[in-house]
Amino acid sequence: MLAYLRRIFALIRKEVLAVFQDARTRNMLLLQPVLQCLLFGYAATLDVNNVPYAVLDRDLSTASSALLAKLDGSGVFHRIANLTRADQMKPLIDTQEVLIAIQIDPDFQRQLSAGQQAPVQVIADGRNSNTADAALGYVSSAVESFNADWRSDHGLPQPPIQVVTRAWYSPNLETRWNLVPALVGTLTLMSTLMLSALSVAREREEGTFDQLLVTPFRPVEIMAGKAIPAMMIGTVQATGALLVAQLWFRIPFAGSYPTLYVGLILFLLAAVGIGLFVSSIAATMQQAMLYAFVTIMPFTLLSGLATPISSMPQVLQYFTLINPLRYAIDLVHRVYLQGAGIDQLVPDLWPMAIIAAVTLTGAAWMFSNRIE
Amino acid sequence: MIDHPSSRLAAKARRVAALIRKELRQVVRDPSSVAIGVVLPLMLILLFGYALSLDVKNVPIAVVLEDPSFQAREIAASFQLSSYFETRVTRSIAEAQELMLSNTVEGIVRVPADFARRSAQGDATVQVLVNGIDGNTARIVEAYAEAAVAQSGARLAAEGQADSSAGGQAVVVSQLWFNSANDSRYFLVPGLIVLVITLIGAFMTSMVVAREWERGTFEALFVTPVRTDEILLGKTVPYILLGMVGLLLCLGAAKFLFDVPIRGSVPILLTLSMLYLSVSVAMGLLISSSLKSQFLSSQVTLVVTFMPALMLSGFIYDLRSVPLTIQLISYLVPARYFVSLLQTLFLVGDVWSVIWLNAAILAGAAIVLLTLARRATRKSLG
Repeated sequence: MLAYLRRIFALIRKEVLAVFQDARTRNMLLLQPVLQCLLFGYAATLDVNNVPYAVLDRDLSTASSALLAKLDGSGVFHRIANLTRADQMKPLIDTQEVLIAIQIDPDFQRQLSAGQQAPVQVIADGRNSNTADAALGYVSSAVESFNADWRSDHGLPQPPIQVVTRAWYSPNLETRWNLVPALVGTLTLMSTLMLSALSVAREREEGTFDQLLVTPFRPVEIMAGKAIPAMMIGTVQATGALLVAQLWFRIPFAGSYPTLYVGLILFLLAAVGIGLFVSSIAATMQQAMLYAFVTIMPFTLLSGLATPISSMPQVLQYFTLINPLRYAIDLVHRVYLQGAGIDQLVPDLWPMAIIAAVTLTGAAWMFSNRIE
Repeated sequence: MIDHPSSRLAAKARRVAALIRKELRQVVRDPSSVAIGVVLPLMLILLFGYALSLDVKNVPIAVVLEDPSFQAREIAASFQLSSYFETRVTRSIAEAQELMLSNTVEGIVRVPADFARRSAQGDATVQVLVNGIDGNTARIVEAYAEAAVAQSGARLAAEGQADSSAGGQAVVVSQLWFNSANDSRYFLVPGLIVLVITLIGAFMTSMVVAREWERGTFEALFVTPVRTDEILLGKTVPYILLGMVGLLLCLGAAKFLFDVPIRGSVPILLTLSMLYLSVSVAMGLLISSSLKSQFLSSQVTLVVTFMPALMLSGFIYDLRSVPLTIQLISYLVPARYFVSLLQTLFLVGDVWSVIWLNAAILAGAAIVLLTLARRATRKSLG
């Protein structure tokens, strides 16, 4: 047993040295998750906070300027043009100088005073319909707020039913709170899967894999020697990403670290299992890399990272059941933001354990069968 | 020996053709090249076209009906009938909170016990609790709840069951130009083309060239009469062809599978795609010739070309809303200009001011990157 452990330990040391002796590789493995976390934490926001707009105010009344003041005072809208003719709108939108154009009809104030509905026409650039939707939403809330002011100024009652909203776990509904913890799983999946997929392929391409095979190591030991270093690097990367989330973005950590790391290690086991399985199929590094990429792509896109799983077609929702990243993202969210305990995480833990068991067994079988 | 300029040119063409032939055979024989040239674009097309949708559907929510009155049930019904939600009706808030804690539902709409009585007085409230982890979904639940409640409030008012004397109000009449159906595929599919071209151009080229450096076959090429730019040309043409295959697949899917309109002219679209493809190939060449290692160049290519094309190009995330530093970085990402071109050519039409500006920037980037790539290849000879 002791000799067994010593052999595996020797393999791990060799593997870690092989990865870390090259300064460029070392820097990339350690810095890349931190840099990506920083970049995406800032870049990936579906929140819209800067909407350039143009206005064609045909009423020029106190009511219309009160409405525009609502928009200008929101901090989101930046008026870049006051138009005088309707045909000035199109070029501004076509060239993406403004995201929305607002038109207020000449009898806006008169209609309001007469107790009628006064239309405010809004044209939005739908090239990115998601951004346009968000901007239109902000226009609606500015108009709502204008209406509330108008009612109270004119002694009218407020609408009979009010909606009171409260968000749990992320009170300001910031995309960043959702995204950065999810990146902990995504970034580590990418590099551990690549690393383990390439480690065997590289040895095979350089011919050192045959040398390994003639040593007294058993195939399972060789596999453990490949898997454990990749998992160690993955753990370090996940820690780096967690530190960015907490220290840089100040996203409060609600759960417990041991729980989180138990989940992450299970996840890494599944990721490395997939990587080694890919590695056992590929003949060259290039093939290993491409197969790994073809695997990572759907795993990332179908994980709930970018778009909700519940809006995917049913067939693909079934596919997400074999995606370890789906469980990892859910797990990190629950521990990080909700403070879930290990007993609440069982629905995420057992699928990852099964994925790890299946892929690792498969890889081991492929290795020992290739040897004969 | 007579050395005519024309025969020199013919010899040059022959050398380049021989290189291209060799490279093409290598591409066709390696199953992994087919994987990235055909399988990956197809997979991305299907995933982006069918799987990815920011349009929220079937969000599980709980409606807590503490008040069994008609008005309260009407609000619950408007959620049950909506395709946005999968509604469970519960009687107590404790039960609903249990569902939210176990992530069975993403939001709770609570109609309090005194709802009917207070709505008759005109000060009723409906509480909405959302799971803020997915901010996008949360906002949609919130907006829908507000709309449903406002509608039923208006109906109640019209039927004289609640007090609301008619008052003037401003209403928003909105039009979404270029995408009146508000279909997120309209911007995801053009964005997909950017990703596919970036992948094939940069990732593929950098892997292949790095492998040749690693194996020493690149240096072996240098001792042949073939010149540096001929080698570079021979290396890039097959991947430009592969990229064109991916591009045509995407265009076909956009037009016939997803019904995304192509309102600009197709020849301009193809020309500009070739231009962006050259930029991507040049980036791949530059990275691999500087690093000379397959693992490193694949990772660097992903981080420097693919991820920015996904995150910093304006394809999904609005660049006007990101912090200034990130905005400045995004100006260095060639994909940004290509996304702007594609979105305009697909959805708006031939807007010449947009086309000339972005095309000029891409052409400049291609020239700079190719020069740098050539220098990186030559320098390492010495």
